Amino acid sequence: MELLVDTWQWLAEPARWQPTVRNGIPYRIGEHLWVSTVAMLIAAMASIPAAVMLAHYRRAEAWSSSVVNLGRAIPSFGLIVMFWLLASRSEISTQFWPLVAALIALAMPPMFTNSYTAIRSVDPEVLDAARGMGMTDAGIVRHIELLLAAPIIAVGIRLAYVQVIATTAIGAIVTDGGGLGRFIVGGFAQGRGGWPMVVAGAILLALVTLLVDRTLHFLEGRLVSAAGVGNTLAATEVATGAAG
Amino acid sequence: MAASTRPLFEWSWLVSNLDRVGAAVVQHLVLTVSAVIIGLCLSSALAAWCLRHPSRYRRVIEASSLLYTVPSLALFALLAPIVGLGYINATIALVSYTVLILVRNIVTGILQVPGDVVEAAIGMGMTRRRILWTVEVPLALPVIVAGVRIATVTVIGLVTVTALLGLGGLGQLILSGFRVLPPFPTLIVVGTGLSVVLAIAFDLVLLGVQRLATPWQQA
Repeated sequence: MELLVDTWQWLAEPARWQPTVRNGIPYRIGEHLWVSTVAMLIAAMASIPAAVMLAHYRRAEAWSSSVVNLGRAIPSFGLIVMFWLLASRSEISTQFWPLVAALIALAMPPMFTNSYTAIRSVDPEVLDAARGMGMTDAGIVRHIELLLAAPIIAVGIRLAYVQVIATTAIGAIVTDGGGLGRFIVGGFAQGRGGWPMVVAGAILLALVTLLVDRTLHFLEGRLVSAAGVGNTLAATEVATGAAG
Repeated sequence: MAASTRPLFEWSWLVSNLDRVGAAVVQHLVLTVSAVIIGLCLSSALAAWCLRHPSRYRRVIEASSLLYTVPSLALFALLAPIVGLGYINATIALVSYTVLILVRNIVTGILQVPGDVVEAAIGMGMTRRRILWTVEVPLALPVIVAGVRIATVTVIGLVTVTALLGLGGLGQLILSGFRVLPPFPTLIVVGTGLSVVLAIAFDLVLLGVQRLATPWQQA
């Protein structure tokens, strides 16, 4: 009970909500979303077009399903420390890029596999009809496969995003750039006196994650009705991103 | 920033510290296996409940998805004031991440058993309980084991984070390698590498178990 009061007091401290205060709540939320989003954008650009093209030309079939399992087998914490280690041995700053690089590596497999499966699951008869109508490969990809696969690709993006946000927090163990994870890791380091900060950080982190998840979920719904097709439930079965 | 001059991997350290590495592997295994077994028991009960009352399946899945979305670090932190830092904390968090995967796969596996097979069993006069254990569960086994494999591999990765709670395991090796000055790369490489090896080994063993338990699948 006392802890809840202390946590509330920690959260209610007005100075923490000043947007300009470094180590304040808005600063850490912004940092968290910034790190996660940069990693997600790079990972999406690197994985989704490759998956779409490979799936369209029916290449790397066996590889595409094992990549998500391999991604799950790599411990996110170990990967972050490995990238930190490599950066610390070179001239690269250990603050930003090692964490982002680890996040990119973790975000790519679920997006790749979902996109690949989504494109592959497009009804072959539809593709035959399109070819019969004289559509080119580029036209088929753009106007048929991407459209029909969009809802499932979107699920992959959401699963990866949630995983990346969770892992960004783990990054706080290694760098100062771990966003809201800093409150949790920093609080643990202070022992029992730090627990209000730990709990407050955990609540904020859970809320931010749920908010992103719900927002993307809402957008998926819009996408499904826009494309008029797709089965998001089936997509969730394809690849549950690893918990971070 | 301390520029480390130690090589990325020192074989001699590994050879002379096999007992320390072995202890970390054992701690990692104990946490993983206990979480998966508890998760499997809990999920079986939940799945059985969902199969009896299909309207509840959606709500169970929604609730466990919500839990799955909560970042592990936040879950450890939220449990800390209630159960402290230790095995109970880690196990509750790890188990909660297995529930979504396991319940979904058990229910999906049982539901996809062909209806005429179940009807034939009923026609033979088998009791409901007997049908479940001798017809439905064996036929659902590939899907159930697939869930156990995903859950186990996920938990092995998450256990590296529980080192933060002071529970040892391979994450402790990674953490120690990072916290010394200058950093000690071998600890980080061994901790991360063995975690991957462990995950792949468990995945293959479980696949083997499934193949042995469902010989009719090999056609």
